[in-house]
Amino acid sequence: MIATGSDARNDVSSGGATPPDEAFLDVEKLTKNFFGVTVLDGVSLSIAAGKVHALLGENGAGKSTLINLLSGIHKPDGGALRIDGQPVELTGPNDAQKRGISTIHQEFSLFPDLTVAETIFAGRLPVNRLGLVDWRGIAKRTAAVMQQLGADIAPGRRVADLSIAEQQLVEIGRALTLKSRLIIMDEPTASLTPREVGRLKSVIRSLTAEGVAILFVSHRLEEVKELADSFTVLRDGVVVARGDIADATIDDLVRWMVGRELLEEDRDHAASKPGAVVLEVENLHSKPRSARSASVEGVSFAVRAGEIVGLAGLVGAGRTEIARLIFGADPIGSGVIRLNGQAFRPKGPGDAIAAGVALVPEDRKQQSLFPSLPISENFAAVGSVRPGLFGTLRRKAEKLAFQQFRDRLKLRAAGADAPIATLSGGNQQKVVLARWLALKPRLLIVDEPTRGVDIGAKTDLHRLLRELAADGVAILLISSDLPEVLALSDRILAIRSGHLTGELAGRDADEESLMRLMTLPKAAA
Amino acid sequence: MSLAPPTSLVRPRAPANAIALLARLAPLIFLLLLMALFTFLAPRFLSSLNLFNILRQVSIFGIVAVGMTFVILTRGIDLSIGALIALTGLVAAVVAKGGIPGRFELTAGGGAFEWYWAALAAIVVGGVAGALQGVFVAKLTVPAFVVTLGGMTIFRGLALIIGNGGPISGFDEAFGWWGRGMVGPVPVPVIVFLVVVVIAGFVLHYTRYGRSVYAIGSNPEAARLCGLNVNRTLISVYALTGLCAGLGGFLLASRLNSAEAVAGNQYELNVIAAVVIGGTSLYGGTGSIAGTVIGTLLIGVLLNGLVILNVSPYVQQLLIGAIIVGAVTFDIFIKKYKR
Repeated sequence: MIATGSDARNDVSSGGATPPDEAFLDVEKLTKNFFGVTVLDGVSLSIAAGKVHALLGENGAGKSTLINLLSGIHKPDGGALRIDGQPVELTGPNDAQKRGISTIHQEFSLFPDLTVAETIFAGRLPVNRLGLVDWRGIAKRTAAVMQQLGADIAPGRRVADLSIAEQQLVEIGRALTLKSRLIIMDEPTASLTPREVGRLKSVIRSLTAEGVAILFVSHRLEEVKELADSFTVLRDGVVVARGDIADATIDDLVRWMVGRELLEEDRDHAASKPGAVVLEVENLHSKPRSARSASVEGVSFAVRAGEIVGLAGLVGAGRTEIARLIFGADPIGSGVIRLNGQAFRPKGPGDAIAAGVALVPEDRKQQSLFPSLPISENFAAVGSVRPGLFGTLRRKAEKLAFQQFRDRLKLRAAGADAPIATLSGGNQQKVVLARWLALKPRLLIVDEPTRGVDIGAKTDLHRLLRELAADGVAILLISSDLPEVLALSDRILAIRSGHLTGELAGRDADEESLMRLMTLPKAAA
Repeated sequence: MSLAPPTSLVRPRAPANAIALLARLAPLIFLLLLMALFTFLAPRFLSSLNLFNILRQVSIFGIVAVGMTFVILTRGIDLSIGALIALTGLVAAVVAKGGIPGRFELTAGGGAFEWYWAALAAIVVGGVAGALQGVFVAKLTVPAFVVTLGGMTIFRGLALIIGNGGPISGFDEAFGWWGRGMVGPVPVPVIVFLVVVVIAGFVLHYTRYGRSVYAIGSNPEAARLCGLNVNRTLISVYALTGLCAGLGGFLLASRLNSAEAVAGNQYELNVIAAVVIGGTSLYGGTGSIAGTVIGTLLIGVLLNGLVILNVSPYVQQLLIGAIIVGAVTFDIFIKKYKR
């Protein structure tokens, strides 16, 4: 049963998937304003024990605000929360946890320098009779939780040394030891490889089997369709649809989220006419570094002008490392890189930029954005507009350049002088892309270009990448989102543990064949 | 089912801007309030003679504060500038004197040098000392706090060695003009301060170099991936602060007609206070020269007003410390509120 439009908005009991008496958490007409702007307007939903409820919506729809209200970070301006039918008021994140609501945020709140066990018991380290920390007990309980999650993570490992997927499992482990009855997962699969996603799915299933409720927030609708029992779609702070997931198709969900039809067209493979070889990599090796960082061991490939080459691999396979070597961000161990036939050995990103190489790095917040600077400064940071005498800036020329991209990228921003932080993730990513496109690169490397980006912006970014290829830019696309790699790439290179394990033509590739190459040793694939 | 088109993803935030504006103007408002208070308590505070006096008093550490603004914008700190002022003051004095009578001579005949050689020597020594510290901070990634804390002791030690503990006094008139001279009613150091402010403000806001200083302070990793030369810029900001300290050392020797190893004691406190009170964030990436000027004036007004009111120098120290902590607390509070 599905309710949409004003029905969805007003009606909580009849339209919902679960009768209210089973619900662990009831949200009633929740409203939140920031500085006089209403970001959540009378949102109601109910989450049943042992069920997965999907919260859907584009970035900026109000999902994060709702999550923050449910996890006690913000207080609502109106409406009510009820746990087991009893009205509650969450006074803070600790209070929410005590009442059984744990949240796994998109950016983990872990302590990088602590061990796994300390992280799981942070703030409530058990003590023995002498009042000393009971390290042995902690290690034992951590090991037990990790086993329950099917994760092979030693309690004594430092969190900073874990992969993102492992860190996420630690957060889930923490929620379990808190005896949480509702776990809110904000984009839990955004940074995971397909195999890790599979493991998370089975973890979620075993959690629900034990009666834990999950609020699953994701842009990946296939996963939502597979995992969720019921759903709520938010748009512009109001509920636009709710119901049982079984009654909705992915197309329905997309339509409700964006309010318009979206056609994810496949790349027209026949239309692409690759030109001269722009990038050639021969037997590339990274410098041996710590055991922690992935290495690149003898990789060879080429990218032609007007071609989109996908680089698919699990996180940690060496995808990002290849990009960083080509861009001069990390020192090259051995091997040859040629750009337009010329030997190229960048000493730093400056050399690569001068040679017409651009890199949109994977971690927008850590590697791309200047949080304290306005949009215009973020755009102009690579100096795409040549300065005047004595390095003086030509702000008018920069504004003009930005204006062009603003229209082309369908950038939604109040003004170029607004802080970059006021933009949604998708629009921030558009600014980052504009920054690099203004340099007119011959080789564009994009690493996870649509991570944490809403569907509308994702479509815009995909369209743009296709246009760039049509204009003759050579594009190397790195992404954990296999449908994205398949939809965009002319050719796909699979990488595993620093070695290329195969190449597929975009039109022949499918998720299964790609996954085999990414996960199996070369001989077995 | 009809659906409205998606509205803008950016929420208008007018009230937040008002808060931001208030936060930006807070140092200026505080400065004006303080001046009003002192005028009320002691009317002669507002005399033009006293106001120029304040300007003259702040001009030397104001010059160094301008350099320090660059360093703090990159998330750095420089604790060595007080000691560097003493060292460069002595260098200027030694050059102006052509040596130290009875100990050594710079040239065979023991001839003195013109003021400009003295000033140049002080500025070059300051710049080199700053750049050296910058190399440790940028290339060897030693925390700036440690490098400049060590630098502070090293420079003070060098100053003691050169001066052998005693002062070098008595310079010619041209040398003394820079610290004590007047152009009309305006003391010369004030004019030097203004020139430094204008140049630095221009560089910071209108050149690519200035932009890279902000970018590096805002996100060093992103700056590197944007092809900015992070190491070179970091070294340059410490060199710049060293240059400013050298200029300050020369001006101080000129004004006091004497240089000694204990000069510039605790200048780093006033300088860092001026920058931070002026709104430059210790977390890097935000701040301005205009703010630093206001912060400098605020400290000058405070010190001067307290002297006029006969407040003990011990209490002055207490107040300055309290104001630094207060300003940073205010800054953090505002940031939280803006969110």
